[in-house]
Amino acid sequence: MSNTFNRRNFLKLSLLAGGGMLIGIGCNESNEQAAKMPVSIEDLDFTSFNAYIEMATNGMVKIYSPNPEIGQGVKTAMPMIVAEELDIPWEKVHVAQAPLSNDFNRQVAGGSQSIRQSFPGLRNAGAAVKLMFLTAAAKKWGVEVESLKASQGVISSNDGKKINYEEVITEAAKLPIPENAPLKKVEDFTLIGKAINNVDIKPIITGKPLYGVDYKEKGMKYAAVARPPFGASLKSVDDTEAKAVKGVEQVIQFKNKVAVIANSTWAAFKGKSKLNIEWGNLQDDENTDVFDQQMNQLLRKNKLEEKVKSGDVAKARNEADQIIEKTYEAPFLPHSTMEPMNFFADVTDQKIRLVGPTQVPRSSANVVAKLLDRNVEDVTVEMTRMGGGFGRRLSTDFVEDAAMVSHLAKAPIKLMYTREDDMAIGQYRPKVKYKITASIKNGQLTSYELKEAIVNNRGMNKGIARFFPFGAVDHYSATSANVPSDVTTLWWRAPITNFLGFATESFMDELAITLQKDPIDLRLELLEKAKGKKTPYNAERMQKTIQLVKEKSNWGKAEKGIYQGFSCYYSHNSYVAEVCDMEIIDGKPVAKRFYASVDCGIVINTSGAKNQIEGAILDGIGHAMYGNMELKDGIAQSQNYDKYKLIRMMDTPVIETYFVDSNEAPTGLGEPGMPPSGAAYANAYMKATGKRMLKQPFFG
Amino acid sequence: MKFDLKINKKNYSVDVEDGTPLLWVLRDELELVGTKFGCGIGECGACTVHIDGKAERSCQQMVELVEGKEITTIEGLSENGDHPIQEAWETIDVPQCGYCQSGQMMTASALLMKNPSPSNQEIRMAMNGNICRCASYNRIEKAVALAAEKIK
Ligand code: FES
Ligand code: FES
Repeated sequence: MSNTFNRRNFLKLSLLAGGGMLIGIGCNESNEQAAKMPVSIEDLDFTSFNAYIEMATNGMVKIYSPNPEIGQGVKTAMPMIVAEELDIPWEKVHVAQAPLSNDFNRQVAGGSQSIRQSFPGLRNAGAAVKLMFLTAAAKKWGVEVESLKASQGVISSNDGKKINYEEVITEAAKLPIPENAPLKKVEDFTLIGKAINNVDIKPIITGKPLYGVDYKEKGMKYAAVARPPFGASLKSVDDTEAKAVKGVEQVIQFKNKVAVIANSTWAAFKGKSKLNIEWGNLQDDENTDVFDQQMNQLLRKNKLEEKVKSGDVAKARNEADQIIEKTYEAPFLPHSTMEPMNFFADVTDQKIRLVGPTQVPRSSANVVAKLLDRNVEDVTVEMTRMGGGFGRRLSTDFVEDAAMVSHLAKAPIKLMYTREDDMAIGQYRPKVKYKITASIKNGQLTSYELKEAIVNNRGMNKGIARFFPFGAVDHYSATSANVPSDVTTLWWRAPITNFLGFATESFMDELAITLQKDPIDLRLELLEKAKGKKTPYNAERMQKTIQLVKEKSNWGKAEKGIYQGFSCYYSHNSYVAEVCDMEIIDGKPVAKRFYASVDCGIVINTSGAKNQIEGAILDGIGHAMYGNMELKDGIAQSQNYDKYKLIRMMDTPVIETYFVDSNEAPTGLGEPGMPPSGAAYANAYMKATGKRMLKQPFFG
Repeated sequence: MKFDLKINKKNYSVDVEDGTPLLWVLRDELELVGTKFGCGIGECGACTVHIDGKAERSCQQMVELVEGKEITTIEGLSENGDHPIQEAWETIDVPQCGYCQSGQMMTASALLMKNPSPSNQEIRMAMNGNICRCASYNRIEKAVALAAEKIK
């Protein structure tokens, strides 16, 4: 029987990966790359150059990936950027997940901003170290550094001398880190733009420990925590039966919660299920129906909180030949990350160690320090690879619970959620409705009014309120109303736009039908009007993106029996246009294919990038078709996948993704594919059946 | 209670309560953590293993009922990570977060044992029990087809 695998091993396994392979577990690597590997990476002596780069004397380079990896691919893409500027072969790169550190800015997985915001810093980090090697070689040869070139880890001089980086490693490491190093021209990129495999592919396909749930240390206990329904509080608990479960060691009450600490996950889960808890204070207004009524009332009002206003909407309405008005509705949604919430915490008098899946290591450290009244310097955070994020792990609630339980139990613990814990008391996508009213005069769109009613003030900010068609119509207004609730709500993949995109792009389709215009032509026309206006989006880039998908999808020339729906959206600084091909099969409309065109600036890793678009579209239509969380008295009515439907393979169209050729700085990619997907589906559905989808989920 | 299990061609003896799901025996007792926990009710497929050559949900298999059976987990799918399914997964670069993938691969490899040249529809039907929250379904589908192509 194997012993508890030790912490060092886990971190070795989970934090280290190579250019497509796992290094240094010293056992069963027999693939081609491993065969080439002279020694285990653990035995190599690495010299550190900066926070990102270490090099060994054999030329192997370790690159630290600063940001949390939730499946969005940054653990591959961020090191690629460093390696590009450092100019070394990718085969020589081992990627390691950096822990929380003051050396890095913004160690966050959120808002599709990792690549966009870190691109310059990552390039500089690589370029600076490349310059250090060049300078060291110049000194050695007694020539000007400007006369030398470096490529793929080899420095060459005008007169044909060559030397490898690793041959000047000692000299280079002694040099000061240059603040400004020359960057490559975009045209000279050799790695960026390639299709590179996920750096964790080997450990994933061989089932190695990688995720927070896999984390284990000697002496660690397992904790399961019972938490109250939304708005409720703990009235009483009888833990006799729970304590009788074999393996259960302690039952601890804190705040309104009850923690069961045991020697295995199963015992902790079983113990928790045997708690006899009476919740008090159940909220009878925390009901889906009640929210629906409140929202409808608010949307009937004229005065909501103003977000953006231009021109005179009321006047345009009065003068209109025709008014179109539609209301779109969306439910609460849990994030449903495949890996349920969990976290390891070891709180001692000396320090606090946190290990696990978080999108926000910095705030995790801060809130835990505050919670336990400790210095934040005493807190360390290590990020594991995450089984999905989708925004859920931007909240630190479960990290706080783990730390509190470890503190109270005086033991290192791993907090584990059951699926029911995860789904029933989550941080939901807020329930929301949009009412859109447009005026038409002389066959033109003259005014556009967007009203929002949303739970917990989590609606549009002034930037999002200025998304298309703002700028394309003279009279425009966006207003919002809040519905307060005890339901905890949070960002959920493509916050706000995940449904706003559906509403505005479905409405655009209605407009095209009313105006008897081709849906693509109508958008191109309106975008033409937006040119030169101050909008968050660039109308020309959107037009180009639309043109690309128009061509690739055979728009307007599809075979008989194929019904096409179009949608496009700008979000997270990126542009995405989508066409959905629908067919009627056995009397039922079926989405068979999606074409997507994307302008996200420079694409770092084409394999990872396409994976994000494929996932975002299927995720988008999946939740639009089926996702639904109803509440009754603050209690979630779906608590596991038997009652909560996610999209499965049978329902999936084939996705074809095309990127707009671009030398612009890279922008977001984890989210932008999602907002247009539901409307592309619904607009195709309308063509196929004549039925307009206004409410999600489409199929309840 | 003691139970004797045969996993990945090795014999193990574990001391757990009866009624403990095989999933938690694998994960907590034997440190075979490639088998993942997703729902605990047999709905998601993250915990899929082979029992006597068939894909089964390990969260639904009580330890006392799998004694003496041939159990294979992702760790034992191949010795060197080179099962045709694993190779196809690598070629297609399937994973996003990766969490569901060992379950997906166990379902896919069981399918190919039973039906080495499945049609697209058969692949879709066989894989429909496995949820991928990241929705990497296109690539899973392609990888299964590729693996089938390779073993021909
Ligand atoms: S964990 Fe077993 S099917 Fe989901
Ligand atoms: S890859 Fe994330 S759940 Fe499948």
